[in-house]
Amino acid sequence: MPEALRFTRTGAGAVGVAILVLLVALAVFGPFLAPHPLDRPVGIPYEGPSADAPLGTDFLGRDVLSRTLWGGRSVIALAGIAVLVAYAGGLAVGLAAGYSRGLLDPILMRAADVLLSLPALLFLLVLVTGLGSSRVVLVLGVALIQLPLIARIIRSATQAQSVRGFVEAAAARGERTSAILARELLPNIVPTIAADIGLRLTYAIILVASVNFLGLGLQPPDADWGLMVSENRSGLNLNPLAVLAPATLIALLTIAVNLVGDAVARAQGVSATAVGARA
Amino acid sequence: MTPRRRTLLPRSAAGGPAPPASGGTTRSAAGRRRTSLARLALRRVLAGLATLLAVSVLVFVGTEVLPGDAASAVLGRTAQPAQLERMRELMGLDRSVPERYLDWLGGVLTGDLGNSAAGYAQGTEISIWDDIRGNVANTLTLAVLVVVLMIPLALLLGVLAATRVGGTRDHAISLGSLAVVSLPEFIIGSLLVVVFFSWLDVFPPVSLVPPGTSPLERPEILVLPTLTLLGATLAGSTRMVRAGMVEALRSDFVQMARLNGLPERRVVLRYGLRNALAPAVQVFAQNVQYLIGGIIVVEYLFSYPGIGKELVDAVAIRDVRAVQSIAFLIAAVSIGVNIVADLFVLVLVPKLRTGRA
Repeated sequence: MPEALRFTRTGAGAVGVAILVLLVALAVFGPFLAPHPLDRPVGIPYEGPSADAPLGTDFLGRDVLSRTLWGGRSVIALAGIAVLVAYAGGLAVGLAAGYSRGLLDPILMRAADVLLSLPALLFLLVLVTGLGSSRVVLVLGVALIQLPLIARIIRSATQAQSVRGFVEAAAARGERTSAILARELLPNIVPTIAADIGLRLTYAIILVASVNFLGLGLQPPDADWGLMVSENRSGLNLNPLAVLAPATLIALLTIAVNLVGDAVARAQGVSATAVGARA
Repeated sequence: MTPRRRTLLPRSAAGGPAPPASGGTTRSAAGRRRTSLARLALRRVLAGLATLLAVSVLVFVGTEVLPGDAASAVLGRTAQPAQLERMRELMGLDRSVPERYLDWLGGVLTGDLGNSAAGYAQGTEISIWDDIRGNVANTLTLAVLVVVLMIPLALLLGVLAATRVGGTRDHAISLGSLAVVSLPEFIIGSLLVVVFFSWLDVFPPVSLVPPGTSPLERPEILVLPTLTLLGATLAGSTRMVRAGMVEALRSDFVQMARLNGLPERRVVLRYGLRNALAPAVQVFAQNVQYLIGGIIVVEYLFSYPGIGKELVDAVAIRDVRAVQSIAFLIAAVSIGVNIVADLFVLVLVPKLRTGRA
């Protein structure tokens, strides 16, 4: 078994990977299997399950199964992109702050403190007020929330590595700072990143889904699991499946990502709880 | 001084590692510590105020990136140019950004949160504070209830798991909390509503509070919101308490206490828990930050008339001034809680007072 897949050897890690693969497959291929169009009613609102609509209908009489098959893409894609953007920024800031001997480090870290002092959802709501609801704002907002945390972790890993012999040797050879950062430091903080990324992804999914649930992210008639839970709440007694289906899938998604993240972190010898809790 | 204190610990058993005053033996050291503690506390409070100031800029700039839009966002697309002009004037949008910022900040600091744009749109003046006063009380009721239940439960579960590391009890608590910690609040809440309203029909799915009354008059409406928030915060706290306890129970001084023949219960509570408490306090403070995010979602989910619901409503209609003032209030509480937690830890762990990186 390749070293990178070692984490699947634990039971929890294997279960997490299996669920995650299924859910990503659902998001990628699901829309091709959807029996009905997204935005047209196929019956009266909140009908129970039938042969035509196995999961019943939603608050506008649309097919819940079709919308559920479509609704995973937005959460997974937006959260994934947000984490990538956050890592791009966080790596740059963290490496710069960690390797800098000057004023750059304290300035960047105080900026991170300020961003972190705002509760994440509050920051997103402030951004939505100023910039409106859109996918770009959602991705940007979630990335900006994660960035300072990532930067902090990368910074301390960089500081720990930058006093080691091979880094000082590279500096003594007269290598450029960019080369030292990319060739000497970056490969050595990969385990730190691997231990942290699952947690970031879990949190990004939670945030994206929550903002969509609040009706401040994707807008109707888009199909999105978070939005579906919100839209169909009023019909819980008539067709609970309209809420249960998307809610269960979001739950499975976050649990699976967290299980995988935890297993990867353990395989790297770092406990995820040592890196940080939910944020 | 620190390492020696540690090795001395088992003998000065009554004191433990972290008591603020352990008798008169180190009076001069204690006196010196007190002055430095006051200075550290002052520094922490000043840093908090500076952060709050920076946050106020962030909130203001964040909400006003597109300044001209605010008036039309409130009035909608059918607004006449003359109406828009008047609205801009009422909302103060005709003045420069720094001017508006100072005006708003000065108001907020003197207790004047400004008037809501929703009020202007109706042709009257509605003071934001009058609008949200009842909501603040409702939110505080919910938050205090959650915190009061969460802290003892987290300590209990964390200690139960940590005293049987690797056992069934530990696995059950750890896996359970890992699953719950990854769930968004609105999922926990929705699932609870399905179970306790749709199936069992014991608790209401919405938690409306008539204006002028307290949610405590109808405690049944608080059950599901409280359970949801407990689920969201308890899991993370439990994991942290467990981690802290496991580490503390492995340390030399706990071994030493055991070897000295102290009863296990006393070892766990006096030596383990006390040392695990310092990291736990900061986790609890962090959890208050999640709690704030969670409260926003949960109030929306249960239509509970709190400050979070008010904030979401204000964001939905782009009521810029209301968002700014409510966001500032929430941020101030969040920063305040963290300051209190840090001070508490300073009192709890003398080691941290000796110097800071």
